[in-house]
Amino acid sequence: MAIWLTKDSKVIVQGMTGSEGSKHTRRMLAAGTNVVGGVNPRKAGQTVDFDGTELPVFASVADAMKETGADVTVIFVPPQFTKGAVVEAIDAAIPLAVVITEGVPVHDTAAFWAYNVSKGEQTRIIGPNCPGIASPGASNAGIIPADITGSGRIGLVSKSGTLTYQMMYELRDIGFSTCVGIGGDPIIGTTHIDALAAFEADPETDAIVMIGEIGGDAEERAAEFIKANVTKPVVGYIAGFTAPPGKTMGHAGAIISGSAGTAEAKQAALEAVGVKVGKTPTETAKLMREIMSGR
Amino acid sequence: MDLYEYQGRDLFERHGLPVLAGGVATTPEEARAIAERLGGRVVVKAQVKVGGRGKAGGVKLAEGAEETVARATDILGMDIKGHTVHKVMITVTADVAEEYYFSYLLDRANRTFLCIASVAGGMDIEQVAAETPDKVVKAPIDAVKGVDEAKAREIVTAAGFPAEVADQVVDVAVGLWKAFVAEDATLVEVNPLAKTGDGELLLLDAKITLDENAAFRHPDHEALVDQAAVDPLEQAAKEKDLNYVKLDGEVGIIGNGAGLVMSTLDVVAYAGERHGDVKPANFLDIGGGASAAVMANGLEIVLSDPSVKSVFVNVFGGITACDEVANGIIQALALLEQRGEKVTKPLVVRLDGNNAEAGRAILDSANNPLVQRVDTMDGAAERAAELAAAGV
Repeated sequence: MAIWLTKDSKVIVQGMTGSEGSKHTRRMLAAGTNVVGGVNPRKAGQTVDFDGTELPVFASVADAMKETGADVTVIFVPPQFTKGAVVEAIDAAIPLAVVITEGVPVHDTAAFWAYNVSKGEQTRIIGPNCPGIASPGASNAGIIPADITGSGRIGLVSKSGTLTYQMMYELRDIGFSTCVGIGGDPIIGTTHIDALAAFEADPETDAIVMIGEIGGDAEERAAEFIKANVTKPVVGYIAGFTAPPGKTMGHAGAIISGSAGTAEAKQAALEAVGVKVGKTPTETAKLMREIMSGR
Repeated sequence: MDLYEYQGRDLFERHGLPVLAGGVATTPEEARAIAERLGGRVVVKAQVKVGGRGKAGGVKLAEGAEETVARATDILGMDIKGHTVHKVMITVTADVAEEYYFSYLLDRANRTFLCIASVAGGMDIEQVAAETPDKVVKAPIDAVKGVDEAKAREIVTAAGFPAEVADQVVDVAVGLWKAFVAEDATLVEVNPLAKTGDGELLLLDAKITLDENAAFRHPDHEALVDQAAVDPLEQAAKEKDLNYVKLDGEVGIIGNGAGLVMSTLDVVAYAGERHGDVKPANFLDIGGGASAAVMANGLEIVLSDPSVKSVFVNVFGGITACDEVANGIIQALALLEQRGEKVTKPLVVRLDGNNAEAGRAILDSANNPLVQRVDTMDGAAERAAELAAAGV
């Protein structure tokens, strides 16, 4: 069953005709994703050929949903147009919008999030600045490589793209129900807590890996949530123990401000609620392997 | 990007907010010119991005141009908590009767913005909040609705600002929000927001952080970067569009993806505990589709750091294929030789993921004596630390 993205998901791509959008549309199709079209008002009515699959281009998200029954959009438009693209997706009340774009101004993200809240949060937003969501063997929405791992019963939620891939690779013999890259920006639509809640409720997920990094207090809040609400085993990994305060480490949100947002504080919070935290990605995978081998 | 106080003062002035007349000087002579323009008594303030300037002797009063020159001479070049003073701000003085606090900032946890206001200003707001929480108002701001007069009045009333300044604080709150949005700031903090003896409001200090992701709509923000304070290696990396942060260690790090690179720094630091306490020398994320040219640029920056004794290239092939990365490394080394740069430092390379086998084979057949292949991240970190310790 997986979470949020299944074999029945119908996916459209905003920015499908751009270079990144078309590259990844091709990859998503190759991974077996049911991509049903793209959105570009200037190219509406045209079709684009992806190795023999003809995909229609629609003028708007609403049009695409009406014509195809799409319930997921993946957004690849450049940062200056991202807010507009997400607002369009929210207006169409599409159930899931995956925002891949890196470099979106935080005022824009705050604005489209507030707009989503004002519309009753009918759209789940993942990202921005994320690799997307993959339910191995079922569907893949975003840029997560589809061939790293097959399906299995581990759920993965992570702020980082490449650490997601690394963890999928380490545990590829066990496999994953769903892997969600929630993104490294200071404001993101879907949080660790949202994913933890969904994995807890998912009958096809047995255990959860949670990957965090310096900046903010999302991991600390996730720890509180785990204590109160999660019965499935969780292992954690936190990146950035050696990061100096006040420096942005690649991700816009990865910054220690004063004494807040340190890796030590996050690790301590998780361990305090019984989550085992690995020292390295490989050690984290080993902790998960021990849990899964007992099943 | 964090601004200096004088840049914040200028920004507030541009947005029509009440600030003290003043200017910034990098030499005593410039300080004289400003003092002559302002006339009378002035304050000379060291411009450093660290607190505690006053206690360190970085804030002085001066009467007239000669004294201003003397105080500026004292303060310029001073070391405040490891920060050398290169600039002083000179303003007229204010007759301060009361000090308040006002700020807007990003609230990551609630995915919105927050206003913090207090009538107990002039001191550390965290301390005020800890000791007298009832004196600090924290009001969430809807990012779409923003701060209009009604919202501002709600905050001003809740914070208990005195009636005689309430209207002025409302105006400042609305104007400051406009500036916060217009400049794509993630923090504007005014501490103190002062009331003068004449009952006028003044923004007496400015702590501002701007969102670098919004640089595309603020071409003027580039000029606010303090070039003198930028690390030369970080500057060189920026010119090549590389995401690089200089650190203090000996093991150069190159990887793909911010999370993996952060993780690599940690793993190298743990390995260093067993090898002469060597540490990572930098953060460098070459991103998803690293071409040979990007790898060459990255290697060039990392190798040009004299404190680097070994380099750890840690790549997980997600979208990128490892054979392309391996070719990139070999070509990069050749490219550096062509540029006349003799590479002598050992490289430890770990390739995993997409086409890893092919990538490893390419490295093996190239048979470059400087390149060592280790196939696990933890093992490669161990080897890189060991080599750095041997080279120190």
